[in-house]
Amino acid sequence: MAITSEETLVDAIKGAAGPISVQGGGTRGLPATGQIMRVAGLQGITLYEPGALTLVAKPGTPVAEIEEALAAENQRLAFEPMDHRGLLGTSGTPTIGGVMAGNISGPRRISVGAARDFLLGVRFVDGRGAVVKNGGRVMKNVTGYDLVKLMAGSYGTLGVLSEVSMKVLPRPETQATLVLHGLDDGAAVAAMARALGSPFEVTGAAHDPATRETALRIEGFEASVSYRLSQLQSLLAGAGAEVEQRDAAATQALWSGINDVAAFHDGQGDVWRVSCKPSDAPGIAARSGAERWTYDWAGGLIWLRSAAGHDLRAAIGPMDGHATLVRADAQSKARLGVFHPEPAGVARLTAALRAQFDPKGIFNAGQLDRAA
Amino acid sequence: MEMPIPSQAVIARKTRVVDRLRQVLPADAVISDERETRAYECDALTAYKCAPMVAVLPYTTQQVSDVLRICHEEGVPVVPRGSGTSLAGGALPTADCVILGVARMNEVIETDYPNRIIKVQTGRTNLSVTGAVEEDGFFYAPDPSSQLACAIAGNIAMNSGGAHCLKYGVTTNNLMGVTMVLMDGEVIEVGGAHLDAGGLDLLGLICGSEGQLGVVTEATLRILHKPEGARPVLIGFDDNEVAGECVSDIIKAGVLPVAIEFMDRPCIEATEAFAKAGYPMCEALLIIEVEGSDAEIDHQLGLISDIAQRHSPVELRQSKSAEESAKIWLGRKSAFGAMGQINDYMCLDGTIPVSSLPFVLKRIKELSDQFGLKVGNVFHAGDGNMHPLILFDANKPGDLELCEEFGAEILKLCVEVGGCLTGEHGVGIEKRDLMHVQYAPDDLEAQMAVKDVFDPAWLLNPAKVFPLDASETRRAVPLAAE
Repeated sequence: MAITSEETLVDAIKGAAGPISVQGGGTRGLPATGQIMRVAGLQGITLYEPGALTLVAKPGTPVAEIEEALAAENQRLAFEPMDHRGLLGTSGTPTIGGVMAGNISGPRRISVGAARDFLLGVRFVDGRGAVVKNGGRVMKNVTGYDLVKLMAGSYGTLGVLSEVSMKVLPRPETQATLVLHGLDDGAAVAAMARALGSPFEVTGAAHDPATRETALRIEGFEASVSYRLSQLQSLLAGAGAEVEQRDAAATQALWSGINDVAAFHDGQGDVWRVSCKPSDAPGIAARSGAERWTYDWAGGLIWLRSAAGHDLRAAIGPMDGHATLVRADAQSKARLGVFHPEPAGVARLTAALRAQFDPKGIFNAGQLDRAA
Repeated sequence: MEMPIPSQAVIARKTRVVDRLRQVLPADAVISDERETRAYECDALTAYKCAPMVAVLPYTTQQVSDVLRICHEEGVPVVPRGSGTSLAGGALPTADCVILGVARMNEVIETDYPNRIIKVQTGRTNLSVTGAVEEDGFFYAPDPSSQLACAIAGNIAMNSGGAHCLKYGVTTNNLMGVTMVLMDGEVIEVGGAHLDAGGLDLLGLICGSEGQLGVVTEATLRILHKPEGARPVLIGFDDNEVAGECVSDIIKAGVLPVAIEFMDRPCIEATEAFAKAGYPMCEALLIIEVEGSDAEIDHQLGLISDIAQRHSPVELRQSKSAEESAKIWLGRKSAFGAMGQINDYMCLDGTIPVSSLPFVLKRIKELSDQFGLKVGNVFHAGDGNMHPLILFDANKPGDLELCEEFGAEILKLCVEVGGCLTGEHGVGIEKRDLMHVQYAPDDLEAQMAVKDVFDPAWLLNPAKVFPLDASETRRAVPLAAE
């Protein structure tokens, strides 16, 4: 079923006889159960006020269209949504609704926040077909419960978005990257912690063990960027690494690759995404049984590639964080579960919330569950 | 302000409830004497008072769990309380309730600089979180103006903001994890030292839920390294509208200050008379602060000043030193006190889209004439969070009611232009009955459905946030057996 307006969305949900899988641009290859509901037809930017740093759009609006509109005003989506197509070998067009429903954030997550932190308001249709609005288009809003956060990252399990309102930010004048060469995982994570624990406003901190390159991104006004790069360089001199500075163009290319996990675009093996306490990261990666990994978010995010069907969660054991199986065949996804199992209390609340918002149990049955 | 009629059946069980609470808490943690419970009769919204049946001040998460379990079994409503600085009446008791204060739970549990987090018990005050890490160069960013007194528990309940949230965000953007006790005594852990939820974002849901979903006893907070420095520029304009345009132009130019504060003429006059900060007498005053090294600050203040010059300011004063910065901030920081010198005041907290600023200020002026009450406007201009201060005389019969009516009109105006009722203070009882203005029945139903999940019997802070008529059937859930 293809949706073109909030009204048709309401009708479709009210009339649904069985399970529905909500699909935006279809770029993430998420497991689908039941009838596919395509919402990419809910399109268009409905409001953009550059002076107020706010943009409102229908969820099917392509991310590229939003980024283009923002670029014209020298602004951007600061949380840097990832494009999954290279990693998953999918086609289609990433949509803003899909980004928000998955709370998809890139390397800048560590300095400016996640997609959920930029989502100011939503309209959605719940499982009864009721249109619900929450939040708004202002940056500070504590009027009632924050269902906006609840919807961000809910993978369409509570309702189908029909409008999203976002905070946007100015695009900085320039950017540059400091690259440290030759550090092992532990030393790299320590150096990244040092950099983020400085006043120099690092907006990206990633390490690739294969090349032994640790990258630290700085953004802002030209003079400020070069000042902070040199300060950072002296701060990290103790790490004993060879240091190199990369200019704006090289920085753009480097971080786009880090964001989209270019290291695993060759299509080999399963891919896991682990969110953890940064200082735990080297230990987690080492015991994960993975073949290769890269660190983003100063170690707080690890992308790991393992042999097909490998149970990475079991290998890691208990941790402060969670592991998501991003790329695998349907069989492995079904056996291992895409999402990390939650502690009993949280799992019970999650299930009860789903039952409240989706009493007929029709939405995205396979999402956020261990088993579809 | 209407409150539910206290349950006489609950009050009749007071002795038994107190006895049971004493079995799980140390002697000094249970307050049941009527002279002593009066200390908890109100929060910072002092117009409304009601002593609770009992107040408890537990020391540990286990004790909080025991208290909630007992109250759940006895069907006693519980009103959680941080430091009692809510301006919205979030901690206002009812005569049949147990006030659960977290003030004695104020320890730092863990400080972890490599991972940039601090874990604290939530009775700890906001400023003392920064106090625990500032010697090492770190700070906790959300800075509500009550930060000397307000507790992290209350900050989480109300999703508190502050002057610097344009750059650093509000509580929800700086909260990584919580230990929370549900009404039936179950203890859950949500989030931790890692970023983002693996499943539904319960942390985001809990933050700002006004103590209605659970009692948060421990919190993991993000800490940041302090900037090298910060300095403001003060700019005066002869026209509100022009000041608003200047703010918009600065934001569009790609400068992102940490704070943009706005004061209008009545507020400037009042603070000048009170604090003598040397402010120019004009229609609108902006205080814009930026951070960085000295050179970075000079560069940004230069850009801001260039933009401001294009709008013909009547005054432009760039701070060059800590002393000059303090002087620029002096008036702003004493604004509430200055207004309080003139008369009693009610502080509103609606947020508007920045673009609607001139229109909203004009309408507030018209309403002020209509109601015959003076109003001064101080607010965070970068994010549109207004703080109109309405002056009234609490001793004059009918003045409070008139002031509340005026306040309600201003808040309706905020919603009308695309904003909201409250930007950082919370709904509490103060804005509870205005929720219908912002939300349709289905919107409120969705929020109340969340409370049903966490607190099916609606015992936690039940008379807040939702209009009483909307929550009536839920609050009427039969209480536990005698």
